[in-house]
Amino acid sequence: MSTYVLSDCWTMTRRELAHWARQPVQVLVLLVFPVMLLLMFGYLIGGGRGVEGSYVDFLVPGMLALTMAFGLEGTMLAVTQDLNKGVIDRFRAMPMANGAVLVGRCAADMLQSAVGLAVLISVGHAIGWRTHGTPGAFLGAVGLLLLFRFAMLWIGIHLAMVAGKPEMVQAVQILVWPVGFLSNAFATPGSMPSWLGTAVEWNPMSQTATAVRDLFGGPGGEPGHVGAAVLWPLALVAVFFPLAVRRFARLSR
Amino acid sequence: MADTAIGVEGAHKKYGERAALDGLDLRVARGTVHGVLGPNGAGKTTLVRILSTLLRPDGGRIEVAGRDVVTDAREVRRRIGLLGQHAALDEELSGRQNLEMFGRLHHLGARHARVRAGELLERFGLTDTGRTAVRAYSGGMRRRLDLAASLITEPEVLFLDEPTTGLDPRGRAEVWASVRSLVGGGTTVLLTTQYLEEADQLADRISVVDHGRVVADGTADELKTLTGGDRIDVVLRDAGQLGAAVALLPLPAADISVDADRRLLSAPVVDRMAALAGVVRALEASGIEAADVALRRPTLDEVFLHLTACDDRTDRTKEAV
Repeated sequence: MSTYVLSDCWTMTRRELAHWARQPVQVLVLLVFPVMLLLMFGYLIGGGRGVEGSYVDFLVPGMLALTMAFGLEGTMLAVTQDLNKGVIDRFRAMPMANGAVLVGRCAADMLQSAVGLAVLISVGHAIGWRTHGTPGAFLGAVGLLLLFRFAMLWIGIHLAMVAGKPEMVQAVQILVWPVGFLSNAFATPGSMPSWLGTAVEWNPMSQTATAVRDLFGGPGGEPGHVGAAVLWPLALVAVFFPLAVRRFARLSR
Repeated sequence: MADTAIGVEGAHKKYGERAALDGLDLRVARGTVHGVLGPNGAGKTTLVRILSTLLRPDGGRIEVAGRDVVTDAREVRRRIGLLGQHAALDEELSGRQNLEMFGRLHHLGARHARVRAGELLERFGLTDTGRTAVRAYSGGMRRRLDLAASLITEPEVLFLDEPTTGLDPRGRAEVWASVRSLVGGGTTVLLTTQYLEEADQLADRISVVDHGRVVADGTADELKTLTGGDRIDVVLRDAGQLGAAVALLPLPAADISVDADRRLLSAPVVDRMAALAGVVRALEASGIEAADVALRRPTLDEVFLHLTACDDRTDRTKEAV
């Protein structure tokens, strides 16, 4: 029985990829949106309070982390839409592996995020962002970003199942913004009122951004944050992965 | 019990305080079509969702194809097909993509899944839909594809939850024809419906369900006998005289049902000839003109109303008078 787990997960991943192939515009919009934000903050709103050195070098890693955080919305929307479709009943009445539906979503979203990172990194380079670390550190930074996205993904799946209806997603979409911006993506915590700065430093997204900046060798990076940037997402996954899987199993209640 | 495809003993399911299934019992013999008939909210869909492992019962012993639906859900799923009330299809994908995906999830293997998808598309007349996404299908096409998806593995037991609701007469005839051809192949079918005609047409046996229990069980003929045999129908020329006729005919007034639109009075009879003669004489004597007077067997509609009669229905019948 368990020999089919992988093939079931692959089938469900292929389903998501087939959706992309049918809706290239939607995929494109998802990729362009963070690029738009990057350009907006880089050229329009930019300034970077408290940043020493190149603002672009500070901003791009922050935007990479923010894009991973915003991925939560996309995951949540996709899951709520799926759960409200009749097809989920057919999946659940089939002898397929438990949770392959969720794994398919997970694989597709991670792939989408990886492509998103590649696009954003390329655009960052085009507007003058330069890294100063080793290639190994570069890959490590990308790994930390994807790990953070992985944590956001399971939070998104869990919230989607708690919310149930696509309409509820809007509420979460609105909440993701302050949480995303309550970070060091655009400005240093030192430039903020102390209570705000403390909150910002505690934001898991800030940990990832600081560690990534360090690995890229740019401004705003501090050594010693890689541990937190690994542990925070792992802790979030440890909480939300079992919650999400349990919720899915309880659809039959 | 090797000849039992579906066995349900004392199934219970509550949604909050409301009992959707309240000690339901059911036995369906292998290779037969079993109709589950009941009004909206009777528990039909809950029953199908429990039988197809989508919903956990609160209590009871429930077996499908010899496997327990709770403890052996995976094995049940390998042996069933499900056609729910709403299309269970991926609307973004084409019909072929849907069928191939479901085939792979049934572990047919990629090649076999492809072949099977082709067979089913042909059988249900969907071969020329090409790459069109299911969302652009007509209602009838969608239903056919949904049925095809339920048949990927030639299931031992097939559940059809109100399979023709929302279809036009042609679509309905197509689904009926498909169901009949399936039974020839040995599949056991459990069919829920609100349409008595559908149960009468397709089902070998019928269970009438109301308030989460089976209130009657049998062949269509047995159920018809349950309401007390033959009936007499009197069609008047003038609907305005229906009230007068009810008062005047030598039939127990409480048993008479009235259909004003059809200018029809109907009542069960015990002694056929005496009732017929009495009605004709009473009509002649009173001068109420009748268009037709006839003796007949009860329809399933009457059986259904009789068995599931609740207060609001009785009220409506009275208002019609």
